[in-house]
Amino acid sequence: MRAFSGRSLGELTVGSLHRGELTPDDVRIHPDTLRHQASVAAAHGNPQLADNLLRAAELTAFAEDEILALYEALCPHRSTAAQLSGLATSLESRAAPRCAALVREAAAVYARRGLLKP
Amino acid sequence: MIGRIRFMNEQRVNLDGFAREDPALGLVALHSPDDPEPSLRVDDGRVVELDGRAEADFDAIDAYIAAHGLDLAVAEEAMALPDVAAARLFVDPAVPRVEVVRLVAGMTPAKLARVVALLRPAELMLAMTKLRARRTPSNQAHVTNLLDDPLLLAADAATAAAYGFRELETTVPVLADAPSNAVAVTVGAAVASPGVLVQCAVEEALELELGLRGLVSYAETVSLYGTEGVFVDGDDTPWSKALLTSAYASRGIKMRVSSGAGAEVLMGGAEGRSMLYLESRCVALARAIGSQGVQNGGIDGASVAGSVPNGVRELMAENVMVMARNLESCSGNDALMSESHVRRTARTLPILLAGSDYICSGFGSIQRYDNMFGPSNWNAEDLDDWLALQRDWGVDGGLRTADPAGLEALRRRAAEAVRDVYRHLGLADFTDEQVEAAVDAAGSKDLAAGDPLVVPQAARAIRAAGLTALDVAAALRDTGYDEEAERVLAMLAERVRGDHLQTAAIFDERMRVLSLVTDPNDYAGPGTGYTPDPARQAEIDAIRQQRGVADLRRDQAGAGDDRLTARGAAAFGTDPREVVIGVSPGVGRRVWRTLSGLLVTDVLQELLDGLEEEGCVPRIVRVNGTIDVGMVGLTAARLAGSGIGIGLQGKGTALIHRRDLPPLANLELYSIAPVLTPELYRLLGVNAGRHAKGATPVPARNPYTDEAIEARYHTSVIALVALERECVDPLAGPEELVLT
Repeated sequence: MRAFSGRSLGELTVGSLHRGELTPDDVRIHPDTLRHQASVAAAHGNPQLADNLLRAAELTAFAEDEILALYEALCPHRSTAAQLSGLATSLESRAAPRCAALVREAAAVYARRGLLKP
Repeated sequence: MIGRIRFMNEQRVNLDGFAREDPALGLVALHSPDDPEPSLRVDDGRVVELDGRAEADFDAIDAYIAAHGLDLAVAEEAMALPDVAAARLFVDPAVPRVEVVRLVAGMTPAKLARVVALLRPAELMLAMTKLRARRTPSNQAHVTNLLDDPLLLAADAATAAAYGFRELETTVPVLADAPSNAVAVTVGAAVASPGVLVQCAVEEALELELGLRGLVSYAETVSLYGTEGVFVDGDDTPWSKALLTSAYASRGIKMRVSSGAGAEVLMGGAEGRSMLYLESRCVALARAIGSQGVQNGGIDGASVAGSVPNGVRELMAENVMVMARNLESCSGNDALMSESHVRRTARTLPILLAGSDYICSGFGSIQRYDNMFGPSNWNAEDLDDWLALQRDWGVDGGLRTADPAGLEALRRRAAEAVRDVYRHLGLADFTDEQVEAAVDAAGSKDLAAGDPLVVPQAARAIRAAGLTALDVAAALRDTGYDEEAERVLAMLAERVRGDHLQTAAIFDERMRVLSLVTDPNDYAGPGTGYTPDPARQAEIDAIRQQRGVADLRRDQAGAGDDRLTARGAAAFGTDPREVVIGVSPGVGRRVWRTLSGLLVTDVLQELLDGLEEEGCVPRIVRVNGTIDVGMVGLTAARLAGSGIGIGLQGKGTALIHRRDLPPLANLELYSIAPVLTPELYRLLGVNAGRHAKGATPVPARNPYTDEAIEARYHTSVIALVALERECVDPLAGPEELVLT
């Protein structure tokens, strides 16, 4: 099993920590692991949890402030239709089609329910 | 108003508010006239009507559930099931959990609410026993304090983990302190046990930031609401919550959402719907956005539900809906919902007995005043009650007795570890006195007022430096806490592994993941499902207060002296002034102290003095053939020249007997040994003397007590009887005793 950085889980030791060898990416989950966990969830009667883990796999490639910005953009009255559309396009271009679909779906409902930024 | 009603008005339960049902305000538990009829129309794989609403009119919640929340492959079958038939599946042990889960996946919110509303309380318990995701029940604690004192937080986190809590939730009275609290609780938990999940409940963005840095290991304060208006007032939508859910998972962080009855009512946004229906929408949405679990059962609104008819039942039905949707249930029992100990216990008991993934979603492991979520339904003063309840019913409520001696060392190590880590990271300096105060403190009011700027400065430094859990682990290692460093690192490794992202995951103390996947609930009727293994059962049974004959034997031996000496077989007296005091077989051999704490020899001295005051001639004999106080007294009476005897058991029960009475009759009886005083024994001696002289004394009255005196003393009585029994010799006659 490998961390996001590619480092093997077996190298996560107090010794390597003490030598200052570990970085935050060494304790981050790898997208392949999330995809594997998604298949486990699907096999245990929860396809929605599986979908969530697949979206999460896409988000592993995003920096923390990007994720916080994405969250903020989806909060009510934060984004115009155009902004959400642009966000979805950008997500598609960064290999995050599931997150992009979530944003497009939100944009359609937000427009109908008055949740867009005027 | 008559006295009976005035008196009842003064009882604690009448501090609670009780609301008349008012469906327009949402003050109705299970059914509102405005709850929709369940309905589902699917056209070409697309939901075009949900619970009476056409697609064009879907609000945001409907829209999300319709798009993601329902298994359309089973929807037709599930929606066609009559409500009663569906409800029976929940309790029928022959129907496996997976079958219920399969069908419920196709039920709309209104349908599921209707089905669980049919379940009566005992049926809710059966449904919970069968449907919770994880086989092994568990429990979650609140660890907070008024001062955000990191030393006390660490000591209390270690204490909570020692008591068996597998999840610790902290929060802050001052938002900016959050990073410090997260670090302190993480370190304290690591001191006590591997694998304790830690959370810091704050506003969504800061909570996510703490999670991303590894400073907490799960998140729970991701709130869902049952109406669109309240949802948006809460500054979120189903899509923002779905994104947040994925954000946590993207960093390998466990999360669950929070909902529960009453939130919409409190916000004035219930739209005339019942609490159960609105919560059913929340639970359906939780599943739809891909959350692995839900904290519900009222939570902050528990007392709103508790104010209406069927409200407490509704709270439990919420949990069952979560389980039936195949999600982790963190089943409330946190916010204090009543001033009445009877009501707050009754609210939780069915869930404790049935077992939930987390029975309490916040047992206040600290003092009520230190609970920054507000007092919990269960608090530090109730820990021993909880342990006794587990033991009474033989159920696993997730907790165990922490050894008091071990706890002191644990608290010291936790406080020292935080002091050393804070110093090492340049966050704060704490003194030895502050450490010792935190070790000993029952709560933050026991701490001296410190510098109020220390914690905010430490928190700011953690945030400014971008410290992560790796830095905390390294600091633990560098300051000599290797085991704790290993444990913090092990939790980080689990983020890489991701097995705890599955439903209802906890870690046991060997870092094994227990979840829907690895520890699935297999209840299928009596003889199946979770039972504590022998080691766990022993933990449940062995509370620190339990005592046996050996303990009592030791206590009694410690009170022994040589003031009573045997002088051969007892003779029949002839002096008409003579009164004989008979004592039971164990007196002066194994039994030295009565239940009221008096030495038996002191009791005898009072009886002798009382008799002498009346001019009588007292004599003491030990009756060896029986422990029955009536027979002891009667035997003494038959030996006495006057025909009057006193019977005294080692535990202090005493009576006056007369030689011509049947054994079970007597002249006066002190039956409540634990409350007898030297004055009362002296009076018994005086009265026995008066009987001997042919007078008719006013009988002494047993003192009154309204305490559960039998509960307190029955175990001692049983052990004392066992000690007396060991001394019985049916063939040995009474013997003379001399008191010196």
